Amino acid sequence: MSGIEQWLVDHKIPVGKWGESFFDFLIDNFAGFFDAITDGGSFLIDGTVDMLLFIPSIVLIILITGLAQYLQRTWKLSLFVFLSLLFIVNLGYWTETIESLVLVVYATVVCMITGVPLGIAAAHRPWLYSLLRPVLDLLQTIPTFVYLIPAMTLFGLGMVPALVATVIFAVAAPVRLTHLGVSSVPKPLIEAAESFGATKKQLLWKVEIPYALPTIMAGVTQCIMLSLSMVVIGALVGASGLGKPVVRALNSRQIDMGIEAGLAIVVVAILLDRLCKQRNAPVDGA
Amino acid sequence: MTAVEFKKVDIVFGDNQQEAIPMVDAGKTREEILEKTGCVLGVADGSIKIEEGEICVLMGLSGSGKSTLLRAVNGLNKVTRGEVLVRDGDDLIDVASCDAKTLRHMRMERVSMVFQQFALLPWRTVSENVGLGLELKGMPKAEREAIVEEKLKMVSLDQWKDKYAHELSGGMQQRVGLARAFATDADILLMDEPFSALDPLIRDHLQDELLELQRNLKKTIVFVSHDLDEALKIGTHIAIMEGGRIVQYGEPEEIVLNPANEYVAEFVAHMNPLNVLRCASLMTPVSDLRKDGDRVILDKYDAFKVALDSKGAVQKVTFEDKEELPVFSFEADHSLDDIPDCNIVTASPEITMKRAIELRQSTGNPVLLSEEGVLVGVVGDEEIYQGILRQSSIADAAE
Ligand SMILES: Nc1ncnc2c1ncn2[C@@H]1O[C@H](COP(=O)(O)OP(=O)(O)OP(=O)(O)O)[C@@H](O)[C@H]1O
Ligand SMILES: [Mg+2]
Repeated sequence: MSGIEQWLVDHKIPVGKWGESFFDFLIDNFAGFFDAITDGGSFLIDGTVDMLLFIPSIVLIILITGLAQYLQRTWKLSLFVFLSLLFIVNLGYWTETIESLVLVVYATVVCMITGVPLGIAAAHRPWLYSLLRPVLDLLQTIPTFVYLIPAMTLFGLGMVPALVATVIFAVAAPVRLTHLGVSSVPKPLIEAAESFGATKKQLLWKVEIPYALPTIMAGVTQCIMLSLSMVVIGALVGASGLGKPVVRALNSRQIDMGIEAGLAIVVVAILLDRLCKQRNAPVDGA
Repeated sequence: MTAVEFKKVDIVFGDNQQEAIPMVDAGKTREEILEKTGCVLGVADGSIKIEEGEICVLMGLSGSGKSTLLRAVNGLNKVTRGEVLVRDGDDLIDVASCDAKTLRHMRMERVSMVFQQFALLPWRTVSENVGLGLELKGMPKAEREAIVEEKLKMVSLDQWKDKYAHELSGGMQQRVGLARAFATDADILLMDEPFSALDPLIRDHLQDELLELQRNLKKTIVFVSHDLDEALKIGTHIAIMEGGRIVQYGEPEEIVLNPANEYVAEFVAHMNPLNVLRCASLMTPVSDLRKDGDRVILDKYDAFKVALDSKGAVQKVTFEDKEELPVFSFEADHSLDDIPDCNIVTASPEITMKRAIELRQSTGNPVLLSEEGVLVGVVGDEEIYQGILRQSSIADAAE
């Protein structure tokens, strides 16, 4: 028995080496490409953060409260948004909150831009979906730490590798939900449009997307929440934001700092969840 | 002019069509074909010619292939073999073989469809739903609105244009479906059990509305129904389908009087004959009536006698040889109230059995039937009873 084991150990398959040389290959040949993404990404993210921080916090809080009122139309929620944002300022985590929010928003935008078309394409082509499904499962089951390493290797330290890791983690949700929404359009609705001569494109824009919209929007909400859950992990590859103080507190056993930063994350999570809630229940078909 | 013609149409669902087609030709049943090839036979050898302005009803039990045949007209179902010719101006286009662009043209301009479950888009208002076809054609909004308004007026829903479909009753929703189909001004209307999801009263009402609209618009309608009474009421022609095959095609009365087989007879047995049977097929013809000298005797008690002139027109009607009955000529636009008391009525042999019973009851006398002034026959109690009994004898035979 131990002979076999010894043999196995001696003849190690160099998976790690292969992976490393794959990444080496990528870096050697496409360094320019990854650098461009890194530079462009950080420019965009940092620029947005700087711009938002340039606005006095109280003005921004009022603006966000206004947005809440516009989206949900309940004064109770708006009041809650207003007070909890003030509370974050009071905790001293305003800058970090803005940084995290910007990261979450960009991650969500990237996820939607890639995930929605992919979901639509998969809904129209069953073979594509059967190909995608194991990949999506994999993305959601691999521990997120695992893809921090390649993300860091390719994009260095900072906001961009965190963004990439977040997108990889969260993109499955909009793909799945868009697929679900588009493929559950009732057949008679499609046939009605077809019977009036709708083209594929018209069918998509006038029937499938409007029908699937509530489900797609649920995908946005999920994406936002998943992205937020990556804030702390993102800090491990150097992303600034609310994750940073948490990681620092963990390393230096500063319980008070950990509690406060953790609380800020929870507050942001509740806020985002409430803001994204759909005001109207989705209309059902036919 | 032919509006739609099915020419030897076969529709087979499934992958193994090459193997199924020879079995269809051999006249095998749907079950045999399914067992051998795994294909479902939708329609086999369907041939019908529908003239412009007709209402052709496809009738049959569930699964008999009515919808499948109907949906071949706008290409929602692919035809496996055969031709489906649809009129486009001076041409007949074979939608089974035309290219995508032509098919789209036919769907936008020539053929529109009304669905059983209405199939309205729930996120659109009533007027946005009605304008769907025009929108897909690329018509600008302002132009669209005028047409939508007009069509909504036509189905008397103009008050409801800004509501959503789920805010309307089923009957109203189907009127929206009708308005949507009318909006593109297509001459050919496909209706797949449009009233089946509605309760009987609303259904009856919408049938009347459809007939009324049809009188003004003169569309060609292909209508699917599983209800013979409905088919007889609205159809100018009826095709009866069984297991994917058309077993009888003809005018309503033809089908009622001469069912082609047991299956059709079974349907006929359960229908209401009053609106379908015409007096021409019910009456005792003049030649079969007994005579008293020059006069014709109308009933078996020798009570009513008619004197005819040399051409055969009614001159004088007597009751029990004493009393003379004034003759009233009952035309299509008369109502029962127009008939003076104690008159005997002459009417066209084209009137329905129901009308004849009404006339008989209202006057108390037999009904004379004349065509272009010439007496052709009579319908009295005997004939009415026989009409009803023939109905029940068909029913007995079918059971
Ligand atoms: N898309 C399809 N794929 C496979 N089989 C089909 C398809 N559409 C219809 N069929 C089959 O074809 C046959 C005829 O169906 P069709 O819908 O034309 O019947 P129908 O007369 O309209 O019945 P109903 O009154 O229930 O609507 C049925 O056996 C049905 O199962
Ligand atoms: Mg059907």
